[in-house]
Amino acid sequence: MTHDRGRLEESSLQGLTLARFLAESLGIGLHAALIGEEADGLARVLSGYGVITTHLAHHDGLADYSPVAWGAVLSQLAEHLQPVSVIGTGTDRGNEVMAHLGAITGLPMVANCREVDPSGDDWDITRTRWGGSLLEKTTLQAPVKLLTVSEHSIEATRADATAEMTTEIFTPDLDQHHLVTRVVDRVTMAEGVTLATSPVVVSGGRGVASPEGFAPLEELADLLGGVVGCSRVVTNNGWRPHSDQVGQTGTVVAPDLYIACGISGAIQHWVGMMASKTILAINTDMEAPMVTKADYAVLGDLHEVVPAIVEEVKRRVAG
Amino acid sequence: MRILVCIKRVPAPGAKIVLTGDAQAIDTKLLSFTISPHEECAVEEAVQIAETHDGTVTVLTLGPPEAEEQLRSSLAVGAHAAVLVPTDGFDWDPISTAAAIASAIEQLEAGGQFDLILFGNESADSGGYQVGIRVAHSLGRPIVSGIKDIEVEEEALRLRRDTPTGSEIYEIPRPAVVAVREGINLPRYPTLKGRLNAKKILVKTVERERIGSGQQMEMLVTPPQDVTETAILGDGAGAAAAVVDLLEELQVMQS
Repeated sequence: MTHDRGRLEESSLQGLTLARFLAESLGIGLHAALIGEEADGLARVLSGYGVITTHLAHHDGLADYSPVAWGAVLSQLAEHLQPVSVIGTGTDRGNEVMAHLGAITGLPMVANCREVDPSGDDWDITRTRWGGSLLEKTTLQAPVKLLTVSEHSIEATRADATAEMTTEIFTPDLDQHHLVTRVVDRVTMAEGVTLATSPVVVSGGRGVASPEGFAPLEELADLLGGVVGCSRVVTNNGWRPHSDQVGQTGTVVAPDLYIACGISGAIQHWVGMMASKTILAINTDMEAPMVTKADYAVLGDLHEVVPAIVEEVKRRVAG
Repeated sequence: MRILVCIKRVPAPGAKIVLTGDAQAIDTKLLSFTISPHEECAVEEAVQIAETHDGTVTVLTLGPPEAEEQLRSSLAVGAHAAVLVPTDGFDWDPISTAAAIASAIEQLEAGGQFDLILFGNESADSGGYQVGIRVAHSLGRPIVSGIKDIEVEEEALRLRRDTPTGSEIYEIPRPAVVAVREGINLPRYPTLKGRLNAKKILVKTVERERIGSGQQMEMLVTPPQDVTETAILGDGAGAAAAVVDLLEELQVMQS
Protein backbone atom coordinates (compact mmCIF):
# COMPACT_ATOMS: atom_id res chain seq x y z
CA MET A 1 0.00 0.00 0.00
CA THR A 2 1.42 3.38 -0.97
CA HIS A 3 1.21 6.08 1.68
CA ASP A 4 3.01 9.22 2.74
CA ARG A 5 3.88 9.19 6.45
CA GLY A 6 0.62 7.46 7.27
CA ARG A 7 -1.57 9.18 4.67
CA LEU A 8 -2.89 6.55 2.28
CA GLU A 9 -2.73 7.28 -1.46
CA GLU A 10 -6.33 6.86 -2.53
CA SER A 11 -5.41 4.80 -5.56
CA SER A 12 -3.82 2.20 -3.25
CA LEU A 13 -7.35 0.94 -2.60
CA GLN A 14 -7.93 0.61 -6.34
CA GLY A 15 -4.83 -1.57 -6.60
CA LEU A 16 -5.96 -3.53 -3.57
CA THR A 17 -9.35 -4.13 -5.22
CA LEU A 18 -7.73 -5.53 -8.38
CA ALA A 19 -5.49 -7.69 -6.16
CA ARG A 20 -8.59 -9.06 -4.40
CA PHE A 21 -10.22 -9.99 -7.73
CA LEU A 22 -7.04 -11.83 -8.74
CA ALA A 23 -6.77 -13.62 -5.36
CA GLU A 24 -10.44 -14.67 -5.60
CA SER A 25 -10.09 -16.00 -9.13
CA LEU A 26 -6.94 -17.94 -8.12
CA GLY A 27 -8.46 -19.13 -4.83
CA ILE A 28 -5.59 -17.77 -2.74
CA GLY A 29 -5.26 -15.37 0.19
CA LEU A 30 -4.73 -11.62 -0.05
CA HIS A 31 -1.98 -10.03 2.07
CA ALA A 32 -1.16 -6.35 2.39
CA ALA A 33 2.03 -4.57 3.41
CA LEU A 34 2.29 -1.24 5.22
CA ILE A 35 5.79 0.17 5.44
CA GLY A 36 6.78 2.25 8.49
CA GLU A 37 5.15 2.49 11.91
CA GLU A 38 3.30 5.67 10.96
CA ALA A 39 1.16 3.57 8.62
CA ASP A 40 -0.01 1.10 11.31
CA GLY A 41 -3.32 2.95 11.69
CA LEU A 42 -4.18 2.26 8.05
CA ALA A 43 -4.58 -1.48 8.75
CA ARG A 44 -8.13 -0.77 9.96
CA VAL A 45 -9.02 0.61 6.54
CA LEU A 46 -7.70 -2.48 4.76
CA SER A 47 -9.77 -5.00 6.72
CA GLY A 48 -12.86 -4.14 4.66
CA TYR A 49 -11.10 -4.95 1.41
CA GLY A 50 -10.69 -8.70 1.86
CA VAL A 51 -7.16 -8.72 3.29
CA ILE A 52 -6.46 -11.73 5.52
CA THR A 53 -3.14 -10.50 6.92
CA THR A 54 -1.58 -7.08 6.93
CA HIS A 55 2.19 -7.02 7.43
CA LEU A 56 3.46 -3.98 9.32
CA ALA A 57 7.10 -3.34 8.44
CA HIS A 58 8.80 -1.72 11.42
CA HIS A 59 12.33 -0.34 11.41
CA ASP A 60 13.95 2.84 12.75
CA GLY A 61 15.03 3.67 9.22
CA LEU A 62 11.46 3.70 7.90
CA ALA A 63 10.30 6.88 9.69
CA ASP A 64 10.34 8.63 6.33
CA TYR A 65 10.26 7.52 2.72
CA SER A 66 13.27 5.98 1.02
CA PRO A 67 12.61 4.32 -2.36
CA VAL A 68 15.48 1.84 -2.06
CA ALA A 69 14.48 0.85 1.49
CA TRP A 70 10.83 0.37 0.52
CA GLY A 71 11.85 -1.84 -2.40
CA ALA A 72 14.12 -3.85 -0.08
CA VAL A 73 11.32 -4.30 2.49
CA LEU A 74 9.05 -5.69 -0.24
CA SER A 75 11.74 -8.04 -1.55
CA GLN A 76 12.39 -9.42 1.95
CA LEU A 77 8.68 -9.77 2.62
CA ALA A 78 8.24 -11.57 -0.71
CA GLU A 79 11.08 -13.90 0.24
CA HIS A 80 9.22 -14.66 3.46
CA LEU A 81 5.69 -15.04 2.01
CA GLN A 82 6.50 -16.53 -1.44
CA PRO A 83 3.54 -14.78 -3.11
CA VAL A 84 2.24 -15.42 -6.62
CA SER A 85 2.23 -11.70 -7.28
CA VAL A 86 3.15 -8.36 -5.70
CA ILE A 87 0.87 -5.53 -6.75
CA GLY A 88 1.56 -1.83 -6.30
CA THR A 89 -0.03 1.50 -7.07
CA GLY A 90 0.41 3.15 -10.46
CA THR A 91 1.46 6.48 -8.97
CA ASP A 92 4.90 8.10 -9.01
CA ARG A 93 5.76 6.59 -5.65
CA GLY A 94 4.11 3.21 -6.32
CA ASN A 95 5.85 2.77 -9.66
CA GLU A 96 9.15 3.85 -8.14
CA VAL A 97 8.98 1.35 -5.26
CA MET A 98 7.89 -1.51 -7.50
CA ALA A 99 10.69 -0.72 -9.97
CA HIS A 100 13.16 -0.99 -7.07
CA LEU A 101 11.59 -4.33 -6.16
CA GLY A 102 12.00 -5.45 -9.76
CA ALA A 103 15.63 -4.31 -9.82
CA ILE A 104 16.46 -6.02 -6.51
CA THR A 105 14.82 -9.33 -7.46
CA GLY A 106 15.65 -9.26 -11.18
CA LEU A 107 11.97 -9.90 -11.95
CA PRO A 108 10.04 -8.07 -14.68
CA MET A 109 7.71 -5.31 -13.44
CA VAL A 110 4.75 -4.28 -15.57
CA ALA A 111 3.75 -0.68 -14.84
CA ASN A 112 0.28 0.84 -15.09
CA CYS A 113 -1.89 -2.23 -15.74
CA ARG A 114 -5.61 -1.85 -16.42
CA GLU A 115 -6.74 -5.45 -16.82
CA VAL A 116 -5.14 -8.71 -15.70
CA ASP A 117 -6.16 -12.24 -16.69
CA PRO A 118 -4.36 -14.66 -14.33
CA SER A 119 -5.97 -17.88 -15.66
CA GLY A 120 -2.86 -19.22 -17.46
CA ASP A 121 0.71 -19.74 -16.23
CA ASP A 122 1.54 -16.57 -18.10
CA TRP A 123 -0.70 -13.67 -17.25
CA ASP A 124 -2.38 -11.65 -20.00
CA ILE A 125 -2.19 -7.99 -19.12
CA THR A 126 -3.47 -4.78 -20.66
CA ARG A 127 -1.34 -1.78 -19.69
CA THR A 128 -1.31 1.88 -20.64
CA ARG A 129 1.18 3.73 -22.83
CA TRP A 130 1.40 7.40 -23.79
CA GLY A 131 -0.26 8.49 -20.55
CA GLY A 132 -3.33 6.36 -21.32
CA SER A 133 -3.97 7.24 -24.97
CA LEU A 134 -2.68 3.87 -26.15
CA LEU A 135 -3.08 0.37 -24.67
CA GLU A 136 -0.61 -2.48 -24.85
CA LYS A 137 -1.45 -6.16 -24.53
CA THR A 138 1.41 -7.94 -22.90
CA THR A 139 2.13 -11.38 -21.44
CA LEU A 140 3.99 -11.78 -18.19
CA GLN A 141 5.88 -14.94 -17.37
CA ALA A 142 7.60 -14.85 -13.97
CA PRO A 143 7.74 -16.88 -10.75
CA VAL A 144 6.44 -13.80 -8.91
CA LYS A 145 4.42 -11.36 -10.99
CA LEU A 146 5.20 -7.72 -10.24
CA LEU A 147 2.78 -5.10 -11.49
CA THR A 148 1.28 -1.72 -10.69
CA VAL A 149 -2.33 -0.78 -11.28
CA SER A 150 -3.04 2.27 -13.41
CA GLU A 151 -4.82 5.01 -11.44
CA HIS A 152 -8.62 5.14 -11.91
CA SER A 153 -8.67 2.05 -14.13
CA ILE A 154 -10.71 0.25 -11.49
CA GLU A 155 -13.09 1.48 -8.81
CA ALA A 156 -12.10 0.70 -5.21
CA THR A 157 -14.78 -1.55 -3.74
CA ARG A 158 -15.03 -3.32 -0.40
CA ALA A 159 -15.27 -7.10 -0.16
CA ASP A 160 -18.77 -8.61 0.29
CA ALA A 161 -17.81 -10.93 3.10
CA THR A 162 -15.11 -9.62 5.38
CA ALA A 163 -13.15 -12.29 7.15
CA GLU A 164 -11.21 -11.47 10.28
CA MET A 165 -7.96 -9.71 9.38
CA THR A 166 -4.79 -10.30 11.37
CA THR A 167 -1.75 -8.05 11.57
CA GLU A 168 1.84 -9.21 11.83
CA ILE A 169 4.95 -7.18 12.54
CA PHE A 170 7.71 -7.69 9.97
CA THR A 171 11.23 -6.55 10.80
CA PRO A 172 13.29 -6.02 7.65
CA ASP A 173 17.06 -6.10 7.55
CA LEU A 174 18.12 -2.64 6.40
CA ASP A 175 21.49 -0.92 6.36
CA GLN A 176 22.90 2.45 5.37
CA HIS A 177 22.90 1.50 1.69
CA HIS A 178 19.08 1.23 1.79
CA LEU A 179 18.64 4.48 3.67
CA VAL A 180 20.93 6.72 1.63
CA THR A 181 17.95 7.75 -0.53
CA ARG A 182 15.81 8.75 2.46
CA VAL A 183 13.93 12.07 2.49
CA VAL A 184 16.06 14.46 4.58
CA ASP A 185 13.85 17.54 4.47
CA ARG A 186 10.47 18.76 3.25
CA VAL A 187 8.88 21.93 2.01
CA THR A 188 5.14 22.13 2.58
CA MET A 189 3.04 24.10 0.15
CA ALA A 190 0.55 26.70 1.36
CA GLU A 191 -2.97 25.29 1.49
CA GLY A 192 -5.25 26.44 -1.27
CA VAL A 193 -6.65 25.63 -4.66
CA THR A 194 -4.06 24.00 -6.89
CA LEU A 195 -4.11 23.14 -10.57
CA ALA A 196 -4.65 19.47 -9.65
CA THR A 197 -7.64 20.14 -7.40
CA SER A 198 -9.32 23.25 -8.86
CA PRO A 199 -12.96 22.78 -9.96
CA VAL A 200 -12.41 25.13 -12.91
CA VAL A 201 -9.33 25.37 -15.12
CA VAL A 202 -8.99 28.13 -17.73
CA SER A 203 -6.21 26.91 -19.97
CA GLY A 204 -4.31 28.56 -22.80
CA GLY A 205 -2.27 27.21 -25.69
CA ARG A 206 -0.30 28.43 -28.67
CA GLY A 207 -3.20 30.70 -29.64
CA VAL A 208 -2.61 32.90 -26.59
CA ALA A 209 0.63 33.95 -28.33
CA SER A 210 2.40 35.74 -25.44
CA PRO A 211 2.77 35.87 -21.64
CA GLU A 212 0.61 39.04 -21.59
CA GLY A 213 -2.09 37.22 -23.56
CA PHE A 214 -2.91 35.26 -20.40
CA ALA A 215 -4.26 38.33 -18.54
CA PRO A 216 -7.91 37.83 -19.61
CA LEU A 217 -7.62 34.09 -18.84
CA GLU A 218 -6.37 34.99 -15.33
CA GLU A 219 -9.31 37.34 -14.89
CA LEU A 220 -11.84 34.73 -16.01
CA ALA A 221 -10.26 32.10 -13.75
CA ASP A 222 -10.49 34.50 -10.78
CA LEU A 223 -14.15 35.21 -11.49
CA LEU A 224 -14.90 31.48 -11.58
CA GLY A 225 -12.82 30.56 -8.53
CA GLY A 226 -10.50 28.56 -10.77
CA VAL A 227 -6.88 28.58 -11.84
CA VAL A 228 -5.01 29.06 -15.10
CA GLY A 229 -3.40 26.14 -16.88
CA CYS A 230 -1.58 25.86 -20.19
CA SER A 231 -0.28 23.47 -22.83
CA ARG A 232 3.28 22.28 -23.32
CA VAL A 233 4.05 24.70 -26.14
CA VAL A 234 3.36 27.55 -23.70
CA THR A 235 5.85 26.31 -21.09
CA ASN A 236 8.39 25.46 -23.80
CA ASN A 237 8.16 29.07 -24.99
CA GLY A 238 8.64 30.28 -21.42
CA TRP A 239 5.28 32.11 -21.36
CA ARG A 240 4.16 30.31 -18.17
CA PRO A 241 5.98 28.26 -15.51
CA HIS A 242 6.01 24.49 -15.93
CA SER A 243 3.88 24.16 -12.78
CA ASP A 244 0.96 25.49 -14.88
CA GLN A 245 1.32 22.81 -17.55
CA VAL A 246 -1.57 20.39 -18.02
CA GLY A 247 -0.57 17.17 -19.77
CA GLN A 248 1.33 13.91 -19.83
CA THR A 249 4.54 15.55 -18.59
CA GLY A 250 2.79 18.18 -16.48
CA THR A 251 -0.21 17.97 -14.18
CA VAL A 252 -3.16 15.65 -14.80
CA VAL A 253 -6.44 17.42 -13.99
CA ALA A 254 -10.11 16.43 -13.80
CA PRO A 255 -12.07 19.64 -13.06
CA ASP A 256 -15.82 20.18 -13.36
CA LEU A 257 -15.11 22.61 -16.19
CA TYR A 258 -12.08 22.87 -18.46
CA ILE A 259 -11.95 25.89 -20.76
CA ALA A 260 -9.37 25.31 -23.52
CA CYS A 261 -8.42 28.61 -25.16
CA GLY A 262 -6.39 28.34 -28.36
CA ILE A 263 -5.32 24.75 -27.64
CA SER A 264 -5.27 22.39 -30.62
CA GLY A 265 -5.47 19.24 -28.51
CA ALA A 266 -2.34 17.14 -29.08
CA ILE A 267 -2.30 13.80 -27.27
CA GLN A 268 0.30 15.06 -24.80
CA HIS A 269 -2.25 17.66 -23.62
CA TRP A 270 -5.45 15.64 -24.07
CA VAL A 271 -4.39 12.83 -21.70
CA GLY A 272 -3.83 15.45 -19.00
CA MET A 273 -7.41 16.79 -19.07
CA MET A 274 -9.60 14.16 -20.77
CA ALA A 275 -11.18 13.28 -17.41
CA SER A 276 -12.71 16.79 -17.11
CA LYS A 277 -16.49 16.64 -16.60
CA THR A 278 -17.24 19.40 -19.11
CA ILE A 279 -14.89 20.73 -21.79
CA LEU A 280 -15.41 24.09 -23.50
CA ALA A 281 -13.08 24.88 -26.41
CA ILE A 282 -12.48 28.38 -27.74
CA ASN A 283 -10.65 28.18 -31.05
CA THR A 284 -10.50 29.73 -34.51
CA ASP A 285 -10.14 26.29 -36.10
CA MET A 286 -13.32 24.24 -36.17
CA GLU A 287 -11.32 21.16 -37.19
CA ALA A 288 -8.92 21.33 -34.20
CA PRO A 289 -9.08 18.02 -32.29
CA MET A 290 -9.83 19.92 -29.07
CA VAL A 291 -12.93 21.42 -30.73
CA THR A 292 -14.18 18.13 -32.17
CA LYS A 293 -13.68 16.34 -28.82
CA ALA A 294 -15.10 19.11 -26.61
CA ASP A 295 -18.63 19.18 -25.21
CA TYR A 296 -19.03 22.85 -26.15
CA ALA A 297 -17.16 25.15 -28.49
CA VAL A 298 -16.98 28.80 -29.42
CA LEU A 299 -15.51 29.54 -32.81
CA GLY A 300 -13.45 32.67 -32.71
CA ASP A 301 -10.35 34.47 -31.59
CA LEU A 302 -9.80 33.90 -27.88
CA HIS A 303 -8.45 37.47 -27.60
CA GLU A 304 -11.97 38.70 -28.39
CA VAL A 305 -14.03 35.89 -26.91
CA VAL A 306 -12.43 35.64 -23.43
CA PRO A 307 -12.67 39.39 -22.60
CA ALA A 308 -16.31 39.33 -23.78
CA ILE A 309 -17.04 36.40 -21.42
CA VAL A 310 -15.29 38.26 -18.58
CA GLU A 311 -17.48 41.34 -19.18
CA GLU A 312 -20.65 39.25 -19.33
CA VAL A 313 -19.82 37.41 -16.10
CA LYS A 314 -19.11 40.73 -14.34
CA ARG A 315 -22.35 42.22 -15.65
CA ARG A 316 -24.44 39.29 -14.38
CA VAL A 317 -22.67 39.08 -11.01
CA ALA A 318 -23.21 42.84 -10.52
CA GLY A 319 -26.82 42.63 -11.71
CA MET B 1 32.55 16.28 -13.42
CA ARG B 2 31.69 13.52 -15.90
CA ILE B 3 28.00 13.28 -16.72
CA LEU B 4 26.11 10.71 -18.78
CA VAL B 5 22.54 11.26 -20.01
CA CYS B 6 20.39 8.39 -21.30
CA ILE B 7 17.72 9.42 -23.80
CA LYS B 8 15.08 7.72 -25.95
CA ARG B 9 13.90 8.48 -29.47
CA VAL B 10 10.09 8.61 -29.55
CA PRO B 11 7.59 9.65 -32.21
CA ALA B 12 5.76 12.98 -31.85
CA PRO B 13 2.24 11.69 -32.36
CA GLY B 14 0.19 14.89 -32.69
CA ALA B 15 -3.51 14.52 -31.98
CA LYS B 16 -4.26 10.94 -33.01
CA ILE B 17 -2.30 7.72 -32.72
CA VAL B 18 -2.43 5.47 -35.81
CA LEU B 19 -1.07 1.93 -35.54
CA THR B 20 0.75 -0.16 -38.13
CA GLY B 21 -1.26 -2.96 -39.79
CA ASP B 22 0.20 -5.64 -37.50
CA ALA B 23 -0.51 -3.48 -34.39
CA GLN B 24 3.10 -3.86 -33.25
CA ALA B 25 3.98 -0.19 -33.36
CA ILE B 26 2.76 3.33 -34.03
CA ASP B 27 2.62 4.12 -37.74
CA THR B 28 5.34 6.74 -38.01
CA LYS B 29 5.32 7.25 -41.78
CA LEU B 30 3.93 10.76 -41.35
CA LEU B 31 5.46 11.57 -37.97
CA SER B 32 8.59 13.30 -36.83
CA PHE B 33 10.65 12.04 -33.92
CA THR B 34 11.87 13.73 -30.80
CA ILE B 35 13.66 13.10 -27.51
CA SER B 36 11.23 11.98 -24.82
CA PRO B 37 10.35 15.24 -22.93
CA HIS B 38 11.76 14.39 -19.49
CA GLU B 39 15.03 13.38 -21.14
CA GLU B 40 15.22 16.56 -23.18
CA CYS B 41 15.35 18.31 -19.81
CA ALA B 42 17.93 15.80 -18.55
CA VAL B 43 20.22 16.81 -21.43
CA GLU B 44 19.75 20.51 -20.62
CA GLU B 45 20.39 19.87 -16.92
CA ALA B 46 23.58 17.97 -17.70
CA VAL B 47 24.82 20.76 -20.00
CA GLN B 48 24.07 23.40 -17.33
CA ILE B 49 25.86 21.41 -14.62
CA ALA B 50 28.83 20.85 -16.95
CA GLU B 51 28.98 24.58 -17.70
CA THR B 52 29.16 25.57 -14.02
CA HIS B 53 31.29 22.66 -12.79
CA ASP B 54 33.77 22.27 -15.62
CA GLY B 55 32.33 18.99 -16.81
CA THR B 56 31.74 16.88 -19.87
CA VAL B 57 28.44 15.46 -21.06
CA THR B 58 28.06 12.16 -22.87
CA VAL B 59 24.65 11.26 -24.23
CA LEU B 60 23.64 7.63 -24.80
CA THR B 61 20.64 6.07 -26.46
CA LEU B 62 19.46 2.54 -27.04
CA GLY B 63 17.43 2.56 -30.22
CA PRO B 64 17.40 2.11 -34.00
CA PRO B 65 20.26 3.59 -36.05
CA GLU B 66 17.95 6.55 -36.81
CA ALA B 67 18.22 7.54 -33.14
CA GLU B 68 21.49 9.19 -34.16
CA GLU B 69 19.21 12.15 -34.98
CA GLN B 70 18.37 12.55 -31.26
CA LEU B 71 22.04 12.16 -30.30
CA ARG B 72 22.93 14.93 -32.78
CA SER B 73 20.20 17.17 -31.29
CA SER B 74 21.79 16.67 -27.87
CA LEU B 75 25.25 17.44 -29.22
CA ALA B 76 23.83 20.59 -30.84
CA VAL B 77 22.74 21.95 -27.43
CA GLY B 78 26.06 21.30 -25.74
CA ALA B 79 26.72 17.59 -25.13
CA HIS B 80 30.31 16.61 -25.92
CA ALA B 81 30.12 12.94 -26.90
CA ALA B 82 27.45 10.49 -28.07
CA VAL B 83 26.97 6.74 -27.88
CA LEU B 84 24.47 4.59 -29.77
CA VAL B 85 23.50 1.12 -28.54
CA PRO B 86 21.73 -0.09 -31.69
CA THR B 87 18.54 -2.19 -31.67
CA ASP B 88 16.67 -3.94 -34.45
CA GLY B 89 14.09 -1.14 -34.37
CA PHE B 90 11.67 -2.87 -32.00
CA ASP B 91 11.11 -1.56 -28.50
CA TRP B 92 13.09 -3.67 -26.03
CA ASP B 93 11.54 -4.70 -22.71
CA PRO B 94 12.78 -2.80 -19.62
CA ILE B 95 15.06 -5.58 -18.33
CA SER B 96 16.81 -5.98 -21.71
CA THR B 97 17.09 -2.21 -22.10
CA ALA B 98 18.55 -1.70 -18.63
CA ALA B 99 20.99 -4.62 -18.95
CA ALA B 100 22.32 -3.33 -22.27
CA ILE B 101 22.67 0.24 -20.99
CA ALA B 102 24.34 -0.83 -17.72
CA SER B 103 26.81 -3.02 -19.59
CA ALA B 104 27.53 -0.25 -22.13
CA ILE B 105 28.17 2.16 -19.22
CA GLU B 106 30.66 -0.27 -17.70
CA GLN B 107 32.54 -0.33 -20.98
CA LEU B 108 32.46 3.49 -21.26
CA GLU B 109 33.69 3.84 -17.67
CA ALA B 110 36.96 2.18 -18.59
CA GLY B 111 37.84 5.78 -19.49
CA GLY B 112 36.75 7.12 -16.08
CA GLN B 113 33.67 6.83 -13.90
CA PHE B 114 30.62 9.03 -14.49
CA ASP B 115 29.96 11.17 -11.40
CA LEU B 116 26.35 11.58 -12.43
CA ILE B 117 24.06 9.56 -14.71
CA LEU B 118 20.76 11.17 -15.69
CA PHE B 119 17.59 9.52 -16.95
CA GLY B 120 14.09 10.85 -17.67
CA ASN B 121 11.50 9.76 -15.12
CA GLU B 122 9.65 7.65 -17.69
CA SER B 123 9.64 7.46 -21.46
CA ALA B 124 6.79 9.21 -23.28
CA ASP B 125 5.81 6.11 -25.24
CA SER B 126 6.19 2.87 -23.27
CA GLY B 127 6.34 4.51 -19.81
CA GLY B 128 7.80 1.56 -17.87
CA TYR B 129 9.08 3.77 -14.99
CA GLN B 130 12.08 1.52 -14.30
CA VAL B 131 15.05 1.54 -16.68
CA GLY B 132 17.04 4.12 -14.69
CA ILE B 133 16.31 2.31 -11.43
CA ARG B 134 17.44 -1.04 -12.83
CA VAL B 135 20.64 0.51 -14.23
CA ALA B 136 21.40 2.16 -10.86
CA HIS B 137 21.00 -1.12 -8.97
CA SER B 138 23.11 -2.93 -11.52
CA LEU B 139 25.91 -0.35 -11.07
CA GLY B 140 25.46 -0.33 -7.27
CA ARG B 141 24.67 3.41 -7.15
CA PRO B 142 21.87 5.31 -5.42
CA ILE B 143 18.97 6.68 -7.49
CA VAL B 144 16.05 8.97 -6.79
CA SER B 145 13.32 9.50 -9.42
CA GLY B 146 10.95 12.36 -10.23
CA ILE B 147 13.53 15.09 -9.56
CA LYS B 148 12.77 18.76 -10.32
CA ASP B 149 15.95 20.37 -8.97
CA ILE B 150 19.59 19.30 -8.65
CA GLU B 151 22.15 21.15 -6.55
CA VAL B 152 25.70 19.91 -6.89
CA GLU B 153 27.48 19.98 -3.53
CA GLU B 154 31.06 19.08 -2.59
CA GLU B 155 30.58 15.30 -2.63
CA ALA B 156 26.83 14.94 -2.74
CA LEU B 157 23.74 15.95 -4.68
CA ARG B 158 20.83 17.78 -3.11
CA LEU B 159 17.64 16.84 -4.97
CA ARG B 160 14.06 18.11 -4.90
CA ARG B 161 10.99 16.13 -5.82
CA ASP B 162 7.58 17.82 -5.95
CA THR B 163 4.58 16.03 -4.46
CA PRO B 164 0.90 17.02 -4.41
CA THR B 165 1.41 18.68 -1.00
CA GLY B 166 4.88 20.20 -1.31
CA SER B 167 8.40 18.96 -1.95
CA GLU B 168 10.73 16.26 -0.66
CA ILE B 169 14.46 16.90 -0.36
CA TYR B 170 17.01 14.10 -0.83
CA GLU B 171 20.75 14.19 -0.38
CA ILE B 172 22.71 11.39 -2.01
CA PRO B 173 26.45 10.80 -2.42
CA ARG B 174 28.15 10.69 -5.81
CA PRO B 175 28.51 8.76 -8.02
CA ALA B 176 24.76 8.67 -8.37
CA VAL B 177 21.90 8.22 -10.79
CA VAL B 178 18.99 10.70 -10.97
CA ALA B 179 15.75 10.45 -12.97
CA VAL B 180 14.40 13.93 -13.72
CA ARG B 181 11.06 15.35 -14.78
CA GLU B 182 10.17 18.02 -17.29
CA GLY B 183 10.08 21.43 -15.58
CA ILE B 184 13.50 21.03 -13.94
CA ASN B 185 14.63 23.61 -16.52
CA LEU B 186 13.63 25.12 -19.84
CA PRO B 187 15.68 23.40 -22.57
CA ARG B 188 17.52 25.76 -24.89
CA TYR B 189 17.18 25.70 -28.65
CA PRO B 190 20.26 24.72 -30.64
CA THR B 191 22.23 27.51 -32.29
CA LEU B 192 23.48 27.26 -35.86
CA LYS B 193 27.03 27.00 -34.49
CA GLY B 194 25.87 24.22 -32.17
CA ARG B 195 24.36 22.31 -35.06
CA LEU B 196 27.51 22.64 -37.13
CA ASN B 197 29.70 21.49 -34.24
CA ALA B 198 27.41 18.52 -33.65
CA LYS B 199 28.01 17.29 -37.19
CA LYS B 200 31.74 17.00 -36.58
CA ILE B 201 31.46 14.69 -33.58
CA LEU B 202 31.78 10.96 -34.20
CA VAL B 203 28.99 8.90 -32.67
CA LYS B 204 30.41 5.86 -30.93
CA THR B 205 28.56 2.56 -31.33
CA VAL B 206 28.43 -0.05 -28.56
CA GLU B 207 26.81 -3.34 -29.59
CA ARG B 208 24.78 -5.26 -27.03
CA GLU B 209 22.52 -8.32 -27.31
CA ARG B 210 18.91 -8.26 -26.21
CA ILE B 211 18.78 -10.65 -23.24
CA GLY B 212 14.97 -10.84 -23.12
CA SER B 213 12.69 -11.26 -20.12
CA GLY B 214 9.31 -12.71 -19.14
CA GLN B 215 7.58 -9.52 -20.23
CA GLN B 216 6.50 -9.79 -23.85
CA MET B 217 4.53 -7.13 -25.71
CA GLU B 218 1.87 -8.82 -27.91
CA MET B 219 0.10 -5.95 -29.60
CA LEU B 220 -1.04 -2.35 -29.28
CA VAL B 221 -4.67 -1.31 -29.15
CA THR B 222 -6.12 2.18 -29.47
CA PRO B 223 -8.70 2.62 -26.70
CA PRO B 224 -12.30 3.21 -27.76
CA GLN B 225 -12.97 6.93 -28.18
CA ASP B 226 -16.08 8.46 -26.75
CA VAL B 227 -17.75 10.19 -29.65
CA THR B 228 -18.72 13.65 -28.48
CA GLU B 229 -21.30 15.77 -30.20
CA THR B 230 -19.81 19.24 -29.84
CA ALA B 231 -22.43 21.90 -29.18
CA ILE B 232 -21.39 25.13 -30.89
CA LEU B 233 -22.27 28.06 -28.64
CA GLY B 234 -21.62 30.73 -31.24
CA ASP B 235 -19.03 32.79 -33.11
CA GLY B 236 -16.64 35.30 -31.62
CA ALA B 237 -17.50 37.80 -28.87
CA GLY B 238 -21.19 37.36 -29.64
CA ALA B 239 -21.06 33.92 -28.02
CA ALA B 240 -20.36 35.39 -24.56
CA ALA B 241 -23.98 35.34 -23.39
CA ALA B 242 -24.40 31.67 -24.36
CA VAL B 243 -21.11 30.80 -22.60
CA VAL B 244 -22.18 32.53 -19.39
CA ASP B 245 -25.56 30.73 -19.57
CA LEU B 246 -23.53 27.52 -19.58
CA LEU B 247 -21.38 28.71 -16.65
CA GLU B 248 -24.57 29.39 -14.68
CA GLU B 249 -26.00 26.01 -15.59
CA LEU B 250 -22.79 24.31 -14.43
CA GLN B 251 -22.90 26.38 -11.22
CA VAL B 252 -19.31 27.51 -11.51
CA MET B 253 -20.14 31.23 -11.18
CA GLN B 254 -18.98 32.75 -7.90
CA SER B 255 -21.91 34.59 -6.36
